Amino acid sequence: MTIPDIIVPSAGRSRARAKARTYAVLRFLVVIVTTYLGLLSVTFFIGRVIPVDPVLAILGDRAPAHVVERTRELMGFNEPLYYQFYIYLKDALTGNFGTSVLTTNPVLDDIRRVFPATMELATLGTLIGSLIGVPLGVLAAVRRGSIADQFVRVIGLIGYSVPIFWLGLLALVLFYAKLRWVAYPGRIDIVYEYTFTPVTGFYLFDSLWQGQWDVFKDAFRHIILPAGLLGYFSLAYISRMTRSFMLNELQQEYIVAARAKGLSETRIIWGHALRNAAVPLVTVIALSYAGLLEGSVLTETVFSWPGLGLYITNSLQNADMNAVLGGTIVIGSVFIAINLLSDLLYRTLDPRTRAR
Amino acid sequence: MMHSMNTHFRMLTASAAMALILMAGAPAFAETPADTLVEGFAFDDIITMDPGEAFELSTAEITANTYSYLVRLDLNDTSKIVGDLAESWTVSDDGLTYTFKLKPGLTFASGNPITAEDVAYSFERVVKLDKSPAFILTQFGLTGDNIAEKAKATDANTFVFTVDKAYAPSFVLNCLTATVGSVVDKKLVLEHVAAVTPSDEYKYDNDFGNAWLKTGYAGSGAFKLREWRANEVIVLERNDNYAGEKTPLARVIYRHMKESSGQRLALENGDIDVARNLEPGDLEAVAKNADLASTSAPKGTVYYFSLNQKNPNLAKPEVAEAFKYLVDYDAIGSTLIKGIGEIHQTFLPKGVLGELDENPYKLDVAKAKELLAKAGLADGFTVTMDVRNTQPVTGIAESVQQTLAQANIKMEIIPGDGKQTLTKYRARTHDIYIGQWGQDYFDPNSNAETFTVNMDNSDEGTKTLAWRNAWEVPKEWTEQSKAALLEKDAAKRADMYKDLQKKVLENSPFVIIFQQTEVAGYSGKLKGFKLGPSFDTNYVWTVSKD
Repeated sequence: MTIPDIIVPSAGRSRARAKARTYAVLRFLVVIVTTYLGLLSVTFFIGRVIPVDPVLAILGDRAPAHVVERTRELMGFNEPLYYQFYIYLKDALTGNFGTSVLTTNPVLDDIRRVFPATMELATLGTLIGSLIGVPLGVLAAVRRGSIADQFVRVIGLIGYSVPIFWLGLLALVLFYAKLRWVAYPGRIDIVYEYTFTPVTGFYLFDSLWQGQWDVFKDAFRHIILPAGLLGYFSLAYISRMTRSFMLNELQQEYIVAARAKGLSETRIIWGHALRNAAVPLVTVIALSYAGLLEGSVLTETVFSWPGLGLYITNSLQNADMNAVLGGTIVIGSVFIAINLLSDLLYRTLDPRTRAR
Repeated sequence: MMHSMNTHFRMLTASAAMALILMAGAPAFAETPADTLVEGFAFDDIITMDPGEAFELSTAEITANTYSYLVRLDLNDTSKIVGDLAESWTVSDDGLTYTFKLKPGLTFASGNPITAEDVAYSFERVVKLDKSPAFILTQFGLTGDNIAEKAKATDANTFVFTVDKAYAPSFVLNCLTATVGSVVDKKLVLEHVAAVTPSDEYKYDNDFGNAWLKTGYAGSGAFKLREWRANEVIVLERNDNYAGEKTPLARVIYRHMKESSGQRLALENGDIDVARNLEPGDLEAVAKNADLASTSAPKGTVYYFSLNQKNPNLAKPEVAEAFKYLVDYDAIGSTLIKGIGEIHQTFLPKGVLGELDENPYKLDVAKAKELLAKAGLADGFTVTMDVRNTQPVTGIAESVQQTLAQANIKMEIIPGDGKQTLTKYRARTHDIYIGQWGQDYFDPNSNAETFTVNMDNSDEGTKTLAWRNAWEVPKEWTEQSKAALLEKDAAKRADMYKDLQKKVLENSPFVIIFQQTEVAGYSGKLKGFKLGPSFDTNYVWTVSKD
């Protein structure tokens, strides 16, 4: 979902402009509301029609019949479906997303715990991916057909085609078991498990904030491998896209003009071509970031990372629908926010989209 | 151009190298702290820590280490019982009244004294909350209305429990070793009860501390529960108020690790002391490692497949018998369940009173064909099996599919998620279901009841395994199962179950294949690490480190 750009004619009067802006805001609101409603209803109804008895998921296989019946009644599963949905929406609007069956916590509390874990990982992953991926892509485009280009191509190919859990295990064997450069699965060493109290849930940030340098180092050694791995996978994608955007730009006439003017090659590539390629690149990076923010189940499993992906998968497998719905809302919000953000960046990067 | 690109490329390599150096510069690996036991353990089944509500295997293990019970299983002979909080007990001549004398001077982890009042309150809250495992106590005729009379403290150290029939004392005592038998700190729990509006479903005005105890702790075990974070970590700490021997270690940490190879790596690197969910391949590697050790113990869970008697082909007794000859037990035992299970064809697991170690069936296609011909199905038939997407059941299902094909039975595997196949099984719409059954409590009645009692074969009947397969159990078998419950002589009681198992082995829609063995790999530095004979006897309080 993208938010359409409203390009107001520069010659327009201020009233027309204000009107258009109101219209844009309204349209934006309608899009958000319908997106959420659509997301929730689809998830809700799928959750209710799957051939799994939710009470069975809550109570387990051994519960006596009267306990099952009482729970079904208490949870409102005996009400008609549309009424259940109405109740859910009503509660959700007041900020009550229900309680997760699996963790017994309010879903909101759970998300506050698991989402920072995923976000920390995704942010670092995307940083790694774009900081290395973009220069590699530029390199490949500039030296098209050279060894360097082939090298980048192979890196990309491996990133595309190798399953992440396999590479994850391999990386664990190499960097953790053999070389001992990084720490073992989990977010933090067990020693800190009972001495360190996170505030925001972003361990790297929290430890720095509290001035606990040891904890920071430990958290870094835990996150770097999974983040590096996710970074590698986004790198594969980002470098390929950068290469093709750059190739496109380098064939433009303005490049020829710049060369004719005698600008240095560095300036042409990094200042002009990349600047123009950056516009579509932002969308690519934003989308890959959003993808990582959904949580990557396989990485989280291999690295015992208590993130959103694992949370939603676990909940799904246990028909813990409140948790699944809560997770869906988060993912929906992430996509909306990232879209908005990339839209904003778009405007800053591309002067043509700015309303004059 | 070449020049400038080279500069950039050099910068890139340089920063990559820098990053590597940074990581390499990290301090050498710390081992697990000397006073802490760290276990890698998949405990995603835990949904509550309230012993009055929990019915999951992992919770049972944690509760056993953090709570005290009136009585416990005797680890040296699991058909016997020893006192825990109880110093002694007597059973009245009519077999209805059990009087427990508590050991004097005991305290909870909170420092509150343990009295018979606490025991009575623990029973009361289980019965009144009436959660999934409550039946283990309510089967003795307890209800919310009579509990005050049936389970009461007559003085500070005397607890009297009255049952509704003259049951075998071994049965009553075995049930009290289950998680629901945990004794909670009444005073502490009362400080945390939440008010509830009484309704038709729930008649009481408070929740007996259920909401708080889901993550809270009010026990008196060797360790106390400090924290449980779902799918992350469980932290236990030494209980300094524990009356028994102090635990050598100050702390036990269970770290949720789902993946077998991840557990193995962490174990090999000394980041965990125990790996609890090793698959056969990883277990073998651990066993070969000189610095590590491994251990195993049979658990009270049997794996079986069962034939729905609503299917006219499967309802023929010859067909059921033929199926028992169409399983390649040897191949399954030596590959699929190697190290994690043992071939076992009777319904009572090893270690339980009345166990019967008889495995008469072998793969015999000719014999099976003969039986099928007798049933008029010489040309075979088509049938489906609902299979969960997990090992080893998937592998076993495929093996059975192959051996059935040799007798012209075409079996289609319907894969599904655990909850999905179970929903279908409970609705009795399957043909063949493959799954496992673990005991609800450590007594032969738990399995005997589910495999041999089906009082009402209509769709509204009670959900025993016999019912789920629409099996009309011969009336005298059900009666025998019920009679064994009332047999006071433990040896005679054992014989009754042995006889019952023989009957089920020969003539029932259940093809029982193996009994689960739990395995663990652990660091050679650990001393006294053992897996118990049941899921709730994996005690860690004797473990120490070199």
